[in-house]
Amino acid sequence: MGGSLNMIGYGLAAIGPGIGIGLIFAAYINGVARQPEAQSRLQSIAILGFALAEALAIIGIALAFVLTGSSTQ
Amino acid sequence: MNLATSAPLAAEGGFEAPGPGIFDLPPVFTVGGIDVTKPMLLLVLSALVVFGFLFAAARQRGMVPSKLQFAGESAYNFTRNSIGRDIIGSHDFQKFVPYLTALFFFILANNLFSSIPFIQFPTFSRASMAYALAGLSWVIYNAVGIHKHGLVGYLKLQCVPAGVSPIMYPLLVPLEFFSNILVRPVTLALRLFANMFAGHILLVLFATGGLYLVEHGGIGYVAGPVAWVLAILVAFLELLVQVLQAYVFTLLNAMYIQGALADEH
Repeated sequence: MGGSLNMIGYGLAAIGPGIGIGLIFAAYINGVARQPEAQSRLQSIAILGFALAEALAIIGIALAFVLTGSSTQ
Repeated sequence: MNLATSAPLAAEGGFEAPGPGIFDLPPVFTVGGIDVTKPMLLLVLSALVVFGFLFAAARQRGMVPSKLQFAGESAYNFTRNSIGRDIIGSHDFQKFVPYLTALFFFILANNLFSSIPFIQFPTFSRASMAYALAGLSWVIYNAVGIHKHGLVGYLKLQCVPAGVSPIMYPLLVPLEFFSNILVRPVTLALRLFANMFAGHILLVLFATGGLYLVEHGGIGYVAGPVAWVLAILVAFLELLVQVLQAYVFTLLNAMYIQGALADEH
């Protein structure tokens, strides 16, 4: 098996955005359940929040690979 | 260890997980000292496919739309209404619809290449492709904002948050500048790139891991096919992610344009 400690670190770092995205979609589903006609408005807001929370995970995976490259050279 | 040099399967000494090395494809052919690689060819192919589809759909317009025209119009309606009009606003969304439509279908085609047999390579898993696309959108939303508000007015709109006491300005203005002008294109590109990159690695991992398990027998005869079934399920998840990322990229573009056009409060 190959790998590096960075990937474990990245796995831990992904917990945060994971919880965040869960909360965002929980709120979105709640909102649509209470007021179904607001779905189209809520959808783009939910996707935006999802994208912003996901950015943290994305920065994490980029850094995990970047630091892997630099620490072994 | 350095993941960049690891091959999908090591000769001896156990399974080596696929790393960024699987994206370094050899050049298909060389023209005048420039190596032409598979992602470059796919980028051109996707542009041709998208242009061909939209052109063919728009060419024969009839009162009773043909199937192709209907498909083209539904696709266009989606980006026009649910991305363009809903986000940018009905006043001045019209002139951005061609850009948003082209962007959405271009990214969608490139992402779907990841799931089409024999192509199976997401173009945007090469970071440079995504950076170029994000750079284009950076130029567009900044140009739109500067054109409407002037340079000083635009920077004020982007960097000075409304409804905050001026005491906080020294802290907030650099932060807003950093976040709205400098980091935005980077996160836009990285989001698309990393999703395609991670998805492709995941698929390769399940496929080659399953092969390794089956080759080594024992419990691998059970675990290997399970890994392949999971690979198929992951492929469906990837289809969802591919469409979603094309949507998110276009949606964020529309939002940035809307933010640049917004009137001061």
